[in-house]
Amino acid sequence: MSDRKLDAIARACRVQIIRMLTHAGSGHPGGSLSVIDLLVAIAFGRLRHDPRRPDWPDRDRIVLSKGHAVPALYTVMARAGYFPEEQLVTLRKLGSPLQGHPDRVALPGIEAATGSLGQGLSLACGMALGLRMAGSPARVYCILGDGEVQEGQVWEAAMAAPKLGQPEHALDNLTVIVDYNKIQLDDFVARILDLEPLVAKWQGFGWPVLEIDGHDLPQIDKALDQAEATRGRPSLIVAHTVKGKGVSFMENNPEWHGKSPKPAEAVAAIREILGVSEAAWDGYLATDRTTHALVDELRALDKK
Amino acid sequence: MPAKATRAAFGEALLDLGSRDERIVTLDADLSKSTMTAAFARKFPERAFNLGIAESNMIGVGAGLALTGKIPFACSFACFVVGRFETIRISVAYTNANVKIVGTHAGIAIGEDGYSQMGLEDVAALRALPNVLIVQPADELETKQAVAWAVAHQGPVYLRLTRQALEPVSAPDYRFEIGRWATLKPGTDVTLVASGGTVFNALEAARKLEADGISAEVINAASLKPLDEDTLVRSAGRTRHVVTVEDHSIAGGLGGAVAESLADVLPTPVKRLGVTGFGESGEPRALYAKHGLDPAGITASVRKFLGR
Repeated sequence: MSDRKLDAIARACRVQIIRMLTHAGSGHPGGSLSVIDLLVAIAFGRLRHDPRRPDWPDRDRIVLSKGHAVPALYTVMARAGYFPEEQLVTLRKLGSPLQGHPDRVALPGIEAATGSLGQGLSLACGMALGLRMAGSPARVYCILGDGEVQEGQVWEAAMAAPKLGQPEHALDNLTVIVDYNKIQLDDFVARILDLEPLVAKWQGFGWPVLEIDGHDLPQIDKALDQAEATRGRPSLIVAHTVKGKGVSFMENNPEWHGKSPKPAEAVAAIREILGVSEAAWDGYLATDRTTHALVDELRALDKK
Repeated sequence: MPAKATRAAFGEALLDLGSRDERIVTLDADLSKSTMTAAFARKFPERAFNLGIAESNMIGVGAGLALTGKIPFACSFACFVVGRFETIRISVAYTNANVKIVGTHAGIAIGEDGYSQMGLEDVAALRALPNVLIVQPADELETKQAVAWAVAHQGPVYLRLTRQALEPVSAPDYRFEIGRWATLKPGTDVTLVASGGTVFNALEAARKLEADGISAEVINAASLKPLDEDTLVRSAGRTRHVVTVEDHSIAGGLGGAVAESLADVLPTPVKRLGVTGFGESGEPRALYAKHGLDPAGITASVRKFLGR
């Protein structure tokens, strides 16, 4: 798929992320917006999967270890056809398959129960190992948060992964990405528990490390290609990202780690994501019925 | 059958079942020689993984392997593996991953190594988790059947095993069934419910009590979750006095489970025998005597409880 198409999908997903969080009244916009380009690049650029067969044994797997960014994953899954897009507004509602953090029992297509940070990499390693042992061509993509990398279990897995299954079942079917948006919940990562030198740490543990701009689709694509071509051990991609990317008042702002936008804020966010100026907004809405309907839908939430 | 540690019986069962089912894999955290998976690992090195002293990762990797169709046995000392509770809670229990967690070195019976190696709260912790079934076999025969059951069961299992050799207590034609308790000796005055390393002592205590005119019913509660509520209630209804005996804290383990169940269905006086405190170094029999888990201690507690 061309980068322009992927860009368009990412834009549409950003709109849906804002939409679903506003309906839910809670959730994590910052980390969802920072990871969406990576997810779109993987899911629509190269992931071998079948929404009609979420149990297909040879499917590629995405383990979203930073599980709180699940709104991003839900928008990708909806667009891919795992469930109707309309269901996105049921996020976090009682009985919804769209749980607040990934739930593989509630929603087919979700690979792992994550959200309790630090566990996804171990799971991804186990999956990658099992797939190698089964002779499957499937790949596993594991996405970590930067704050999450402070958890000890991540380093247990980081230590083990380059050695697991060697040599016959080496985990070179595993690509790990750190969504390095520099902000965690309480503050900037550097002020809580600085991870630097992050690249050197992973290299010291035996990982080949690629550093990219996590919002640049050609860079993402090239890094994923390189990871795939690396034989004999798993690869790490440090993706420098912007928390809240796409919405000016959310970007680089710790406040927007875990707070959902109010309807008026959501409308402003969507306008920015679509690249429309304030002055041109009303005129734009007159031409885009879908967005107009969405704006009405969000404004109606204010009256509830 | 001679006495055998249930961890040893487990190792033998793994070798047997593992040679007939390729899905079985083992994971250890540098305790393979102690959890007794080493023989399996020697025979099937491509299916045995030692993750080093990193129990959380061991559990998570096990869960990942389970999600690709393997049947992983993730093994360590009970206190170390269950100590990584959050990883078990999310990666195994909530995920409903088909991982068999094996905790060896249950209780104070491990002896001289002392408190830091003793599993004393593991059952209490895991009982609270949905999806995880808990089994503590009392002898070699029961262990081998329990391991076979665990392999066949779809879903998380916690298997609690001993370091020390256990005398056989099961009848030769015994068949382990999850949620079903074997009554080893019928009785009418008091119900002794024991599990794992304390079952033989409970039987010995019952023999002593019989000589003193107290008829004790002895039940082997190998299935800790789920309990055999039918057998428990029927026995409690007859004797009206229940004593639980476990090599585990008296808070939240077998005693806690029995007390909860009876309080719900048939309020009955329950005396819980087990470990209070963290445990300590000592010769195993001396430790049991100190904590009242030897036959003499159990007998004395029962007589006090019955006021006889």
